[in-house]
Amino acid sequence: MSGIFKSSLGKKYLMAGTGVVLLSFVVGHLIGNLQVFGPPELINRYAYFLHSKPALLWSARIGLLAALVIHVSTAARLTMENRAARPIGYAGGVAFGSTWQSRHMFLSGAVILAFVAYHLAHFTWRLPAVNGLGDFTKLQTVLDGKTVPDVYGMMILGFQVWWVVLLYLIAQVLLLAHLSHGIASAFFSLGLRNHVWAPHLQRAGLALSVALFLGFVSIPAAIFTRVIGADYAEKTRMELRAATQFEAALVRGKEAR
Amino acid sequence: MKIKLKVWRQKNRDTPGQFKTYDSPELNEHMSFLEMLDVINEDLANKGEEPIAFDHDCREGICGTCSCVINGKPHGPNRGVATCQTYMRSFKDGDTIVVEPWRAKAFPIIKDLVVDRTAFDRIQHAGGYISVRTGAAPDANAILVPKKDADLAMDAAQCIGCGACVAACKNASAMLFVAAKVSHLGLLPQGQPEREKRVLAMVKQMDEEGFGACTATGSCQAVCPKEISIAFIARMNHDYGKALLKGDPHAAPGQAG
Amino acid sequence: MAVLNSNIPPGPLAEKWEQYKFNTKLINPANKRKYKVIVVGAGLAGASAAATLAELGYEVHNFVFHDSPRRAHSVAAQGGINAAKNYPNDGDSVYRLFYDTIKGGDFRSREANVYRLAEVSLNIIDQCVAQGVPFAREYGGFLDNRSFGGAQVSRTFYARGQTGQQLLIGAYSALNKMIGAHAVKSYTHAEMLDLVVVNGHAKGIIVRHLETGAITRHNADAIVLATGGYGNVYNLSTLARNSNATAIWRAYKRGACFANPCYTQIHPTCIPVSGDYQSKLTLMSESLRNDGRVWVPKKKEDCKKRPRDIPEADRDYYLERMYAAFGNLAPRDVSSRAAKQVCDEGRGIGPSGLGVYLDFADAIQRLGEGKVRERYGNLFAMYHEITNEDAYHTPMRIYPAVHYTMGGLWVDYNLMSNLPGLFVLGEANFSDHGANRLGASALMQGLADGYFVIPATISAYLASQNPGQRPPVEHDAFRAAEADVQAIITKLMNSKGKHTPTSFHRRLGKIMWDHCGMARTKAGLEAGIKHIIALRDEYWREVNVLGAANDWNQALELANRVADYLELGELMCRDALHREESCGAHFREEYQYTTADPEVQNGLVNVGDVKRRDDVFAYVAGWEYPGTTEKAPVLNKEPLVYEAAHMSTRSYKV
Repeated sequence: MSGIFKSSLGKKYLMAGTGVVLLSFVVGHLIGNLQVFGPPELINRYAYFLHSKPALLWSARIGLLAALVIHVSTAARLTMENRAARPIGYAGGVAFGSTWQSRHMFLSGAVILAFVAYHLAHFTWRLPAVNGLGDFTKLQTVLDGKTVPDVYGMMILGFQVWWVVLLYLIAQVLLLAHLSHGIASAFFSLGLRNHVWAPHLQRAGLALSVALFLGFVSIPAAIFTRVIGADYAEKTRMELRAATQFEAALVRGKEAR
Repeated sequence: MKIKLKVWRQKNRDTPGQFKTYDSPELNEHMSFLEMLDVINEDLANKGEEPIAFDHDCREGICGTCSCVINGKPHGPNRGVATCQTYMRSFKDGDTIVVEPWRAKAFPIIKDLVVDRTAFDRIQHAGGYISVRTGAAPDANAILVPKKDADLAMDAAQCIGCGACVAACKNASAMLFVAAKVSHLGLLPQGQPEREKRVLAMVKQMDEEGFGACTATGSCQAVCPKEISIAFIARMNHDYGKALLKGDPHAAPGQAG
Repeated sequence: MAVLNSNIPPGPLAEKWEQYKFNTKLINPANKRKYKVIVVGAGLAGASAAATLAELGYEVHNFVFHDSPRRAHSVAAQGGINAAKNYPNDGDSVYRLFYDTIKGGDFRSREANVYRLAEVSLNIIDQCVAQGVPFAREYGGFLDNRSFGGAQVSRTFYARGQTGQQLLIGAYSALNKMIGAHAVKSYTHAEMLDLVVVNGHAKGIIVRHLETGAITRHNADAIVLATGGYGNVYNLSTLARNSNATAIWRAYKRGACFANPCYTQIHPTCIPVSGDYQSKLTLMSESLRNDGRVWVPKKKEDCKKRPRDIPEADRDYYLERMYAAFGNLAPRDVSSRAAKQVCDEGRGIGPSGLGVYLDFADAIQRLGEGKVRERYGNLFAMYHEITNEDAYHTPMRIYPAVHYTMGGLWVDYNLMSNLPGLFVLGEANFSDHGANRLGASALMQGLADGYFVIPATISAYLASQNPGQRPPVEHDAFRAAEADVQAIITKLMNSKGKHTPTSFHRRLGKIMWDHCGMARTKAGLEAGIKHIIALRDEYWREVNVLGAANDWNQALELANRVADYLELGELMCRDALHREESCGAHFREEYQYTTADPEVQNGLVNVGDVKRRDDVFAYVAGWEYPGTTEKAPVLNKEPLVYEAAHMSTRSYKV
């Protein structure tokens, strides 16, 4: 069994296996996020529900983190080994017989990893420095009589900034590239495809990655183009400003005292 | 027609090589690529310069000896042929043609365009066979083989062991070669008793030789003179995983996998 | 004078081999590992022999000049392998395969060997299938057979158009198993350059490592040569460029007799020569003749016309005209000679005038293009690659090319040469194909020799040798042989001439093709011998080998081989000159049927068919090296006695 960690094939199983875990998260994440197209309460209730089950949330987070660590570290090891397998490259010619995305999985993966870090900072840790607007932790709303984070507002407001939208778009393009090769390739690495199934899996993998791409891109696109949440954006902006001013006033008050 | 040949010259394993450019004498478009090299060599020899060392033998695309990367593509511009079946009509008068050896850590350069491919042999010593003693075989028709399986086994068995798959792969991976060998025997009823042992042993040796891992880019099948499909790699991945999971209860500790 | 004793075991033909095996001394398992056997070559014969001998317990060392044993030229055989399995129930039997082979060889092979070959053909298929050779199958899962090379039964097993490759991979995998088990030591890039003979017995070889140029000595209790044929004497042939005669030629110069060197098979369906630069001729599988029709224009003036512009009435389907019963499937030698004949008449086609059409128009009309594509698609594609012509719409152009040499080192029933301890297998020996080999029989012989014959016969010799008593490599004979090898290399490296070994090879090939090719005459052969001697003299004065001897040096490798071709070519001409008859592939213009012969009058043969002289030449010519190339070689004869098959005129007409 140690072959899973040592052999080249074993490492590919790890890549594929963890890739499937991460993919399932991505799918779930999209389904969750698409609720932004509904009324604000929908996604806010969903977010509150997740946060109200810390055991569930944290076991999922730890699982995902483990999958991510294995996926990334194995990718790094494989990439180093693969580079070492060809110390001198070719002088002549161009690439052939392969797609750009299949040759650049490490690159697309690295960009996605960087994006994940940004995305966490943006919406999970809500660091004011990365959103170009202010402190998202201040955004709150009342749901069923309780004060809860206004996730809807945060999303609407977050995607009003053009360069944030651009960052998300770039990341989605690379995710599309990564998955359009990665999904079919995972079946390949796990040996779950043959001469007959290969073309179908290839198409299915591509279809899923395109669907994910469209789904994810639709959110910032719809918000930025004000298809959804145009009014809410103004409202939230005011709220954020008010909260910030209030806080500033408090600070000034403290200083004055 | 005349061409310029930019070719890798390297005295031996230990001396670093470099490109040199030669002007060809008058050539004929019906010449094979190797005959073009013959003509250039004859010309070099007559000028007192040492001929370019290149590997070749049968010159009809079956022995797998010839091995030139032509303008960055192993075996030249055409699909499904070896270097020896590449004809000068594929090039234009006045072209500069870049010719390099296979490049992989596991295939050290012996001289000029000649590389050492004994790694392939060692992989096969590890398990590329069905253990049957001479004279021990039952009647040839005693074990029936479905035509479908025999044909698929033959698709894999066609491999000529040239190493173009390694040369083409960005990771210098030998997966297509090993998968072809493993699948050829693994598809036949005669190959079943050793199927698991074989794939474990051959993959282990493959890794020890310093080949890279598979990223499923498909460039190997694009240059394979026998157009062997990467679907065989998926088949090997399947066999290997199964063998790893099943393990061998009688193997000495630490030897499994 | 050497003694050529065939050592055919007594008893009826069908029982000889069984009896022989029973009567042969066995070696006990504990002693087997004390015997070391060197196997040179790893084609079908060499790889199968090395693997099987190692299985039996001998210490086996295998040498190949290739980078891997898998590259031996057996790999290129396309069509198939014969075996008398009679699976199609069409009347085949061991005896029929035996008889067809004897007749195909024009009664110039040794009956007992051929019978044994037919017998073990059955085991070969079993063995190969068990090893995982993916032979073609029928839908029921049973093995498929086809008719091949003019046989009237379907006894040929095949794996697409790559039967040789698949059989070689099978033998190579058997070898791999034994290398993996450390029972065979494999030396690659290791070219045998001399045989070491100690007290009249073959006990070692001298080897040059192609990468480093290192010369090493290797001793053994017995030496097995399976180094293939010598068709590259002709420069242009269907052989791999590196196939060569050096191992057998140097063994000849150490005392092994060379049998029937002039028997050269010229294959009828090859792609014609296109220019001076040509390095290799490509064979198109003979199976094409199952559906293709061979023709040339009736009128010389039509030769430069496009084939489609020549009306049916102006075409000469000469094989169908001359050999009604076999038609386009006439045996190789017969078809080749007929092609030469029509080209000599000035009716050859193509740019050089040395070509005939192989036309599929009828087959496409009868079967449809789809069916033809299914049967021959890969061959048509190969033809297109080489010639840039589309054979679905215009006939293929073909011409005969040197393909196989039936001659080789003389061996007895044990496959041992007249030098005790030297065994010779496969194409390198002379034994089974007489003056002409049938299609799909070379693969059969290589594997028969390696898997089944040598393992049984080598013990007879080894049992006569004390275990562990082989001479050490410090023995004077080894030193002397190494010095001889070194001397040749030094001489070649020091020759500061103006011409490359390649240019000499090309010139020798031309002489051989013109004077010792498909049709031979006394005057032509005598002239050929003179030209070769003159060329040889010039060679040692004028050859130029660049690079260093202690380095990878392909020019030196070739120079060594060409030096041997220049001697072997002369011997081939001498053999052809002495054999004043025509038989099989050896055609002497002086000996052919004419209208004066009763066989022609009663329609058995055509005018121009080969005329054997059984009263004078029913023997194997075993040539012995006289110690110098200055003197003529010594002719030893092994009479051919036919007990079961009766010598008859070989007719493919009725």
